[in-house]
Amino acid sequence: MTPTRKKRLAVVSLLVLGVGSATAIALVALNDNIRFSIGPSEIIAGDFPEGRQLRLGGLVAAGSVSRDPSSLAVSFQVTDCIHEVPVTFNGILPDLFREGQGVIAHGMLNADGVFHAHEVLARHDETYMPPEVERAMALAGSGLVCGEPLEDHLATVRGQNR
Amino acid sequence: MIWKTIKVGFHRLGSPASFYRFSTLVSPWLWAGFALCTAIGIYYALYVVPPDYQQSDSFRILYVHVPSAWQAMAGYVVMSILAAIALIWRIRMTEIMAMMCAPIGAAFTAICLATGSIWGRPMWGTWWEWDARLTSMLVLLFIYLGIMGLYAAFDDRRKGARVACILILVGLVNIPIIHFSVEWWTTLHQGKTIRIFGESSMHYSMMPPLIWMTIAVKLMFGAALLDRSRNELLTQDRRKGWVQKKLKSQGVS
Repeated sequence: MTPTRKKRLAVVSLLVLGVGSATAIALVALNDNIRFSIGPSEIIAGDFPEGRQLRLGGLVAAGSVSRDPSSLAVSFQVTDCIHEVPVTFNGILPDLFREGQGVIAHGMLNADGVFHAHEVLARHDETYMPPEVERAMALAGSGLVCGEPLEDHLATVRGQNR
Repeated sequence: MIWKTIKVGFHRLGSPASFYRFSTLVSPWLWAGFALCTAIGIYYALYVVPPDYQQSDSFRILYVHVPSAWQAMAGYVVMSILAAIALIWRIRMTEIMAMMCAPIGAAFTAICLATGSIWGRPMWGTWWEWDARLTSMLVLLFIYLGIMGLYAAFDDRRKGARVACILILVGLVNIPIIHFSVEWWTTLHQGKTIRIFGESSMHYSMMPPLIWMTIAVKLMFGAALLDRSRNELLTQDRRKGWVQKKLKSQGVS
């Protein structure tokens, strides 16, 4: 490599490294603002901006969904398997909404500790499988337990099928 | 020995006339491969693969969404490597190819954003949310458009290409951000399904179309890149001897 090219290579590397570290520092500083949602445990611990709109993320607690038969009002508990936060919502829920499903509720926490959502989004997990496989897993008597990592769960199911 | 052959081959490709010959020869095969892989992939995706246990048939859009997203990012990496070579060695052909990566990458990014949005409406319940993954992908689209605009803003093509190459390397920082956004921050977008190391969270019966479509878009990127670069080269060199000779030999004057 000629000296000129070596110099250009150094400049190019410095450019990429410099931009990379500057961005890394900025992102670390902004970390709290970039997270999309906060969990029930953080709400319970009071680790959230008060009097502001926020997004609450977690699983819909099993058996907690109750619908008002005469309107669109629905209430449920959002859990992270440690703490639960009650949520009320008046509107149309996404297709994927069901008990045990990950959801993100956008709204405000009231003084009485109830989260009033004006929007509820379903959060899809990264698992894709055919219905037969899901049924087989259910038959094997091992529904995905709250908080259990999927890898461990799948290992258990495979062990039982063997 | 092999290394030497590769080196000589690359040096040859750097010359406009041999790039013209090479790309004319190779790109039809890439297009044919793209058509074949897409046909197989789409058939598998729509008719063979079972529906998902939660999303039923809606999940099939991922066979377009995921390969496009991967290609939008892989295309940026290819473009960055070309840009670095162009900046260090000042090889004109790599400048042209780096510039021609941008519109193709922008198209894949747009496809990724559009299909994601269409899927997100029924599944998440929203067309768009400003979470880290979606936002960083939108930024990628803007970077691609910025590169195209910057290149076009200069009368001197080579100067424009060099300036745009610097922007390419600055924008490279966004690629790891997109990739790790779902791990570093809580996002609405789901985490990684497909893992190269370790087990994927997708049932094996759903994998074949994804592999076919991924190969298909890679071939399409290659074919479009060769064709676009060839056209750009001809446009830039239209008054030069080798192009005039080519035109004469094909009966155009």
